[in-house]
Amino acid sequence: MKTLAAQELATVRRIIEECKGRPGPLIELLHAIQAELGFIPPEAVPVVAEGLNLSRAEVHGVVTFYHFFRRARPGRSTVSLCQAEACQSMGAAALSEHARQRLGVGFHETTADGRYTLEPVYCLGNCACSPAAMIDGELYGRLTPERFDALLAEDATSS
Amino acid sequence: MSRLVYVPRDAGALSLGAEAVAQSLRAEARRRGVALELVRNGSRGAYWLEPLLEVAGEDGVRRAYGPVSVRDVPSLFQADFLAGGAHPLALGPTEELPWFRGQQRLTFERVGRIDPASVADYVRHGGYAGLTRALGLAPGEIVAAVTTSGLRGRGGAAFPTGIKWKTVSEQAARQKYIACNADEGDSGTFADRMLMEGDPFALIEGMTIAALAVGATQGYIYLRAEYPHARRALETALAAAYQAHYLGADVAGSGRRFDLEVRLGAGAYICGEETSMLESLEGRRGEVRVRPPLPAIKGLYGQPTVVNNVITLASVPWILAHGAQAYADYGSGRSRGTLPIQLAGNIRRGGLVERAFGLSLRELLYDYGGGSASGRPIRTVQIGGPLGAYVPAGQFDTLLDYEALAGIGAMLGHGGIVVFDDTVDMARMARYAMEFCALESCGKCTPCRIGSTRGVEVIDRILAGEDGERNLKLLEALCDTMVQGSLCGLGGMAPFPVQSALKHFREDFRAQVR
Ligand SMILES: Cc1cc2nc3c(=O)[nH]c(=O)nc-3n(C[C@H](O)[C@H](O)[C@H](O)COP(=O)(O)O)c2cc1C
Ligand code: SF4
Ligand code: FES
Repeated sequence: MKTLAAQELATVRRIIEECKGRPGPLIELLHAIQAELGFIPPEAVPVVAEGLNLSRAEVHGVVTFYHFFRRARPGRSTVSLCQAEACQSMGAAALSEHARQRLGVGFHETTADGRYTLEPVYCLGNCACSPAAMIDGELYGRLTPERFDALLAEDATSS
Repeated sequence: MSRLVYVPRDAGALSLGAEAVAQSLRAEARRRGVALELVRNGSRGAYWLEPLLEVAGEDGVRRAYGPVSVRDVPSLFQADFLAGGAHPLALGPTEELPWFRGQQRLTFERVGRIDPASVADYVRHGGYAGLTRALGLAPGEIVAAVTTSGLRGRGGAAFPTGIKWKTVSEQAARQKYIACNADEGDSGTFADRMLMEGDPFALIEGMTIAALAVGATQGYIYLRAEYPHARRALETALAAAYQAHYLGADVAGSGRRFDLEVRLGAGAYICGEETSMLESLEGRRGEVRVRPPLPAIKGLYGQPTVVNNVITLASVPWILAHGAQAYADYGSGRSRGTLPIQLAGNIRRGGLVERAFGLSLRELLYDYGGGSASGRPIRTVQIGGPLGAYVPAGQFDTLLDYEALAGIGAMLGHGGIVVFDDTVDMARMARYAMEFCALESCGKCTPCRIGSTRGVEVIDRILAGEDGERNLKLLEALCDTMVQGSLCGLGGMAPFPVQSALKHFREDFRAQVR
């Protein structure tokens, strides 16, 4: 099995030290790893298990149970499109189809240039401004295919 | 003199460009040498008017402009909006808007009005009056007040809050917990988010009062990961509450301890179910626990735990401050007090309407909501999230209270109402309900885990024109099995939208021509 790069290993070890004294720390710890590394590298699982005195199966079970934790490196930006009912009532399906075409990937996939990962999400609490999306933690409402394209264009010029 | 101008930092307002408006206001004011003090408030809940900007007049009255975009900012200054000048976007005094005036805002009394980062502003607007009152009462008296108010859980199950607190207070245990359910996973709901972003101290105060009532010293807010803005608002408020000694070793000088922190969920809908939430808080997979024991007896780490929704807890300060009977005087039948209703989806004036129970769906959809956003007839609404029934237009005279909705086979849940116009395909919505259940099932019991996947397949066969009648019967039987055989409400209620679609919109379940 692959092992973590030295720097990633150091990050994971530091996070374990920061979290391990706290009650029920595993999910917090995984959040911290994902916040820094962008995902939970599979090679981190045994390190976390040992650090928290849990079995690998237990850590793996938690990582896979929660949709939010990803096991592969995401694109530079994550585009999450709401698929839930309120957004469906305002055209989320058409918007999602547009985004898939535009980016050339399906849900849970990353564009070949590594820029965008497309994800489905089930309600962003913006249901009075549907359809909604979140891009790198920023919330958007009343999205149309045109506005979606404009956001990508802004992103392209700003980076 | 510098003028107070309010531009929301509510996530919904930001999603429509409020941040750019705030920045442009600052820049334009600087350019013109005008003094202006910007407050980043929560949202008033009138989302069709967001970004909604307000100016506090010399008379203390706040006047609204909206929806404002960056393009409008220069013309607002030209019209001298700071002095109440006429402008096409001017809406007049915010609280005189007909939409606003009809509301009965108790739990949301401060949301959109105050600076959610400031304890001082909170206290100026009546905050911590409930805690002050509670500190003068015996724990049993606090519980009695909550019982008398008639408050029932706003998370969905509508269980009487006072009875839950009484159970926890009667347990002898060294450690008890208050766990706030801020998982708000239902589509069509955003009241928890608005409250946490717009008046986070109300939640903190409510949890502190709960702690005093039951003898708990530690609290957790289990917040869904999809709410980064609420997280920041809560973290800011928690730090301020600690600094002002409203949290910590000596709550408001009472000598009582209460510690509180935020814990993040990780995108699992089932973790809104209370026992799954407790598993998740302990750092495990969110698998539902078998009951009994109730969380009130053996909850977090096996200790007695109050689990309540954000809105339930945030309603408690008002009840203590104004009196249990004053709260109970609102409402209808056995549904006492007010309900923050969330109007969502295909609706012209979507947003938050807080009213006493007993308003009709029709009033809500047409008087408040102004009909559909698309201008087409409303065909149905789904009430109570993805596990709630679809209610057809013929039943829009039903009143919004727990019992009236139960009477038509629906449920109020967390008070979210998702509106669909006549272009909706109900077989597709039924399929989605099953698909969502399959996606979010914790996997513990077969009817839910396997049944939901079978449900998707059966609906696909119906739509493909394979043996329609037989498969419709099969779908109905499958729904019955899930309702009867599931351990928790996910598998147990996911059939409700399907059954209601079958009952009211059976014509949609026919072979689709490709
Ligand atoms: C599948 C499922 C999901 C739920 N999701 C939530 C939720 O997101 N927020 C919530 O407050 N309650 C939710 N509940 C209800 C909780 O189990 C519980 O009844 C509630 O948190 C108790 O608080 P209350 O009495 O203040 O409503 C859910 C229940 C089920 C069965
Ligand atoms: S009904 Fe579904 S979510 Fe609930 S316990 Fe069973 S498998 Fe888990
Ligand atoms: S359903 Fe899309 S934001 Fe709530």
